[in-house]
Amino acid sequence: MVRLKFDENLCINCQTSDCLVRCQFIDIDRETAHQEVMKIIKGEDSSVLRDCVTCYACEEYCQWGNHPLYQISERREEKGMLTASRAITNQWINMCEPQGKYKVGEIKEKALSCCFIGELRRLARGKLFEDLRSSYILGPEFFCEVVYLHFAKTSVIKERLPMVVDNIKQLGIKQLICMHDECYGSFTSLAPAYGIEVPFEPIHYFEYLFEKLRDLKNEIKPLKIKAAYQRPCSSRLSPDKYHLVGEIFDLIGAELVEREYQGENALCCGEVLRMVTGYEVANDVQKKNVDDMVLSGAEYCVFNCPYCQMALSEKVSKRGIKPIHIIDLCKMAIGEK
Amino acid sequence: MIDIYKSLVEIVGEEHVSTQKEELYFYARDPGLMPAHEPDCVVTPETTEEVQKIVKLANREKIPIVPMGAGMALTGLIIPLKGGIVIDMKRMRRILEVNEKARYAIVEGGTSQGALKAYLDRNYPNLRHSLPDAPPTTTIAANVTIHGQGRLAQQYGFNSDMVSGLEVVLPTGEICKIGSCSMSPAWFSKGPALPDLSGLFLGWLGTTGIITKLGLKLYPKKKMRDVEIFVTDREDLIPEILFRLTHTEMVEDINIWFQAKPILFKGNHHVTLYITGDTDEELELKRKMVWDSVKEFRESKDGGFMWILPAMKPTFLDMPQKSVTTFADVKKGGGFEYSGPIILIEKYPVLARKLEELADQYKLAYSGMARVIGRSHAMMFGIAFTFNRADLEMMDRVKKALHEGIAFAFEHGGIPWKPTVEEQKMAMERMDPNTLKLMRMIKENLDPNGIMNPGNWEVN
Repeated sequence: MVRLKFDENLCINCQTSDCLVRCQFIDIDRETAHQEVMKIIKGEDSSVLRDCVTCYACEEYCQWGNHPLYQISERREEKGMLTASRAITNQWINMCEPQGKYKVGEIKEKALSCCFIGELRRLARGKLFEDLRSSYILGPEFFCEVVYLHFAKTSVIKERLPMVVDNIKQLGIKQLICMHDECYGSFTSLAPAYGIEVPFEPIHYFEYLFEKLRDLKNEIKPLKIKAAYQRPCSSRLSPDKYHLVGEIFDLIGAELVEREYQGENALCCGEVLRMVTGYEVANDVQKKNVDDMVLSGAEYCVFNCPYCQMALSEKVSKRGIKPIHIIDLCKMAIGEK
Repeated sequence: MIDIYKSLVEIVGEEHVSTQKEELYFYARDPGLMPAHEPDCVVTPETTEEVQKIVKLANREKIPIVPMGAGMALTGLIIPLKGGIVIDMKRMRRILEVNEKARYAIVEGGTSQGALKAYLDRNYPNLRHSLPDAPPTTTIAANVTIHGQGRLAQQYGFNSDMVSGLEVVLPTGEICKIGSCSMSPAWFSKGPALPDLSGLFLGWLGTTGIITKLGLKLYPKKKMRDVEIFVTDREDLIPEILFRLTHTEMVEDINIWFQAKPILFKGNHHVTLYITGDTDEELELKRKMVWDSVKEFRESKDGGFMWILPAMKPTFLDMPQKSVTTFADVKKGGGFEYSGPIILIEKYPVLARKLEELADQYKLAYSGMARVIGRSHAMMFGIAFTFNRADLEMMDRVKKALHEGIAFAFEHGGIPWKPTVEEQKMAMERMDPNTLKLMRMIKENLDPNGIMNPGNWEVN
């Protein structure tokens, strides 16, 4: 069984404890934060193990790349602490269990990972994907497993992720364009943290989109819209790709509005919080987030993750903001939508 | 039979009587497990007077008659066990009146659930009736004769509780009005404050008369409707969960279900809750009250609300739910039947365990489903199996499993809902002798020649 590589000394010597001090859901000073981190490291009870809502942001806030969220999830599971109810947790574990019901296209060395999200296959159409549309993988056999961090079930990750990596390797894929942040985060953050070798090159689909749009530059008609960006929880596992949102917006002539909850201060879509903590926190997060979008004057809410889109589309629409996935926005810029 | 045929032709016209084999084939069976038996004749009247003439003819000639709606009860209630005439009511489908302010409708005895829903949607968008989860072709009158339950059962009880008046053709041919309509032009009450005679017909499976018109209570239809699903892996908690949810008085309908496949649903019990509102605020207040009512179970991690993705919502919000038909074909071959005892909610855990045990024992695909009736006064617990109609051995296993299931429910204090003939016999064996005697007196007086749907509720 693979194990989390966690360097306790980095936390012991950390002078900021940013992972907790900057947490948007736990109000804690630096000294207390450090004490709680030490408790977690020693396997003692910590209020953090009860209060963490699994927004993933600490993975970005930790300046040492020491994976505080993974460690919290490990400790929770060791102690038998559930985030969501047993029933919901098991539902998610069952839902993504490999059952041989996957889909594989005409695989080339470069392939699209649609994870276990059929919507991503729908999105991968048109000029932006004309070379790659048929080379894809989709299904639980290729599911990136990151979601089990929300449910404090790292055992599932440890059991299934090596198989997922192997399934992709067996197909001879050399470059995997990850259509979902979670997949990219899984192969570039989660797998290395657990010592799982990834024998292919994961490419974030933002990079792919950016390159494609540059190739199609002459076909772009600037959109001249103001748009807010909904940053998903899993993007915290690959914060180095966030800059590409602005660069893609620049290429397609969209204005990324300035607002309070963006960048490192972004709020998640809230829907997982509803399962983990209840409606109070979820409603509060969603209200703050959408209010902020309205205040910023955004005409569009641009999504990266299809699940964020499902969670917030109706809510932003009711406030007069159009929901759209970033791929559809790019298609719109080249006259495809 | 030829004279009867001619007599029927004289009553309804040649195109509305049939003795043709290919038609009798269909009228000999329903989609359930019961063996087929052909009628001698099928007739489709258009008016109460035509029904009256047919019944008088049958009574005079002592010919069995079986009144029929869409024939979708699945338990063989419209199979003409002793032959005779099937009176198919489908041509009597007029919606005669809607009293918007008093919230009731008067419809003919063959009016379908779908027709009334469509009519109300089109003409009275603020009104609705309690729609059962059955195909829209099923009829309102047939539904109340089996004490059906629909989308408002949690709030208002059985669909037969929502009847506000009846016009019935008695087995001896008299046309009889029941309720306020017996002395008033208004159909606002099926009985009170008069002696309530509706009980002579509701729940009798068409053995005491033919409903030719009925008044049906309508209810406010809110602009918005949403669904939440509370999931737990502990069936023993379901009664308490339901008690708390119904205490909120905020829920329109509550269904509980469990099934082994697809794997997503394995091992859990799902409480589907429907909430309605005219504004976002109303809806959210109700949602909050619902979530709060089960807070203890959420905090103990014994249960939680699942995230219903937008793509899944229409399936749950469908009225009626089409997913039942999907289940019916799980085994390919389109067979589906269930026993649905009405029983105390506190019996949910033992029934759920029994159903899984039966499915395992008889190697069958199952679906457990329950609908709360009233404020947890009772529930219908559906013991459902799907089967391949071409596989007689599998059908035999389903029969045995259903028999054991209903017997188990009776042992735990349940009573049958739309029972098969066999289940009726099992029920009557357990019934108080004086109750049986009263039923016999009623039947003998109303139907002295025993012509009405014979074979059913055979108290003689």
